[in-house]
Amino acid sequence: MNVIPKQRFVQKYHLKALGGLLLFILLIWWSARVTEVDFGLFFVNFDQFLALLQKMSHPDWQYLSLVIAPLVETIKMALIGTSIGTLLAIPFSVLAARNIINNDFARGLIRLILNLIRTLPDLMLAALFVAIVGIGSLAGVLTLAVFSFGMIAKLFYEAIETIDDGPLEALQAAGATKMQMIHFAVLPQVFNHFISYFLYTFEINVRASTVLGYLGAGGIGVYLQRSLSQFAYDQTAVIILGILAVVLVIDGISNTLRERLL
Amino acid sequence: MTEQPLIEFNHVSKIYKNGTVGLKDINLTIPQGEFLVVVGLSGAGKSTLLRTINRMHDITSGDILIEGQSIIHLQGKKLRQLRRSIGMIFQNFNLVKRSSVQRNVLSGRIGYYGTWRSILGLFSKEDKQKAAHALKRVGLAEKLYTRADQLSGGQQQRVAIARAFMQDPKIILADEPIASLDPLTTESVMNDLKKLNEEFNMTVIVNLHSVPLAQKYADRIIGLRAGELVYDQPIANVTDADLAAIYEQPKVVQLADRVVAS
Ligand SMILES: Nc1ncnc2c1ncn2[C@@H]1O[C@H](COP(=O)(O)OP(=O)(O)OP(=O)(O)O)[C@@H](O)[C@H]1O
Ligand SMILES: [Mg+2]
Repeated sequence: MNVIPKQRFVQKYHLKALGGLLLFILLIWWSARVTEVDFGLFFVNFDQFLALLQKMSHPDWQYLSLVIAPLVETIKMALIGTSIGTLLAIPFSVLAARNIINNDFARGLIRLILNLIRTLPDLMLAALFVAIVGIGSLAGVLTLAVFSFGMIAKLFYEAIETIDDGPLEALQAAGATKMQMIHFAVLPQVFNHFISYFLYTFEINVRASTVLGYLGAGGIGVYLQRSLSQFAYDQTAVIILGILAVVLVIDGISNTLRERLL
Repeated sequence: MTEQPLIEFNHVSKIYKNGTVGLKDINLTIPQGEFLVVVGLSGAGKSTLLRTINRMHDITSGDILIEGQSIIHLQGKKLRQLRRSIGMIFQNFNLVKRSSVQRNVLSGRIGYYGTWRSILGLFSKEDKQKAAHALKRVGLAEKLYTRADQLSGGQQQRVAIARAFMQDPKIILADEPIASLDPLTTESVMNDLKKLNEEFNMTVIVNLHSVPLAQKYADRIIGLRAGELVYDQPIANVTDADLAAIYEQPKVVQLADRVVAS
């Protein structure tokens, strides 16, 4: 006769999963109440939205030549900010990965720091850096660097945790140091993910830097804000199309690279 | 006085953190140059036994000596030096799939390099030649620059053997090296291991599930059951009946264990 090991009560009725679902539903209900979401309002004022769209449907193409320079500045800001953030994020992501660092306490501490950094709203960061280094693109770069750092570090350590641990074990058994294990067994396995996460963050940063312009942190955002406050929606349209073009190009590069590398 | 054995287990026990008994009071001596095959049912402790020899697993009590030196307290550099003198072959090959065959084979050598030299890829000319030679020995000379994931399972395992060869090991540990290979490839992988044993007098310890292969290649067969050494004979004394007995389900004992445990 086979003896079937007894499942614990919690396992038998999938209590964890059920509890999670219940909590999720409760949370949604509660958020809807607290935030007083009223979808009706959206439809009542819909004609205003249409009017705006209509004004934007005649872009002022003359304005394009003026927009190019700040657009390029925005790209530069995003590129430098993303790069700085990424370089700083690499060591942290290694230290936060479960399959590399066995020490729960050290790993927990690193993750806590990363969570803290991700919690800081980028607008607050921008205001902070504008106060420290003054109005201009440096404030934007610093903001984007911090923002990228938090995001990339998390994406990277999650990528590291999905690797095949077999080669790590093989290298350890061959007498490798931790650094050698990371270089020979981890990096080749995550390199492509790193590239595509870098480009993804870069794209987000291009878009984010438009908002940063509101706070005087340089780039195309300054122009966007000006056109909006002057109700020059034909110019706004040009700016938005410009940003769209940049995002599309980055997306294209990202896709091509990924196909090549995989 | 008899000659000093290469490896010596004295009353070795290993209990995993969750309370599972991995090894139970193992006493075993393995002379230099032996081809030792370990057999036993799944879960008998074969992998555990192998991994205590290169300290991929630590033991709970007892002592393990290699060339008369206790290895159980080695740390840092000493531990890495022990590991580089022991080659390990895995069931899943554990190659870095995205790296070239050459890089995989060279990585067997990194225990001999400082961290920075190896990371900068500064492998000596001799080692590159040694890698080509190691591949030639396993019949894969022309695959030097192929990516590891483009090889068949059998070819990958032979690359792994070449990698272990790069370590200039005294001992080769092979944990079910042929479990995922077809019969023909099995033959060539086992022959590669036998050649290391005969030509270089390396001590080879192999976990196998196949009784015919054990009988064909072993100098000596040991059997494990539930973490205990239950069989130990030179090949000349091994009978089919003995091996059948090792693989027999000890039903009465198992049932008794369950009753005690619950
Ligand atoms: N990391 C671990 N934590 C807890 N228990 C473990 C661990 N690794 C192995 N065990 C247990 O230790 C016992 C011996 O395992 P081991 O892997 O050595 O067996 P094996 O003889 O190699 O089996 P197989 O033929 O399936 O590979 C098993 O009961 C297993 O469940
Ligand atoms: Mg095993």
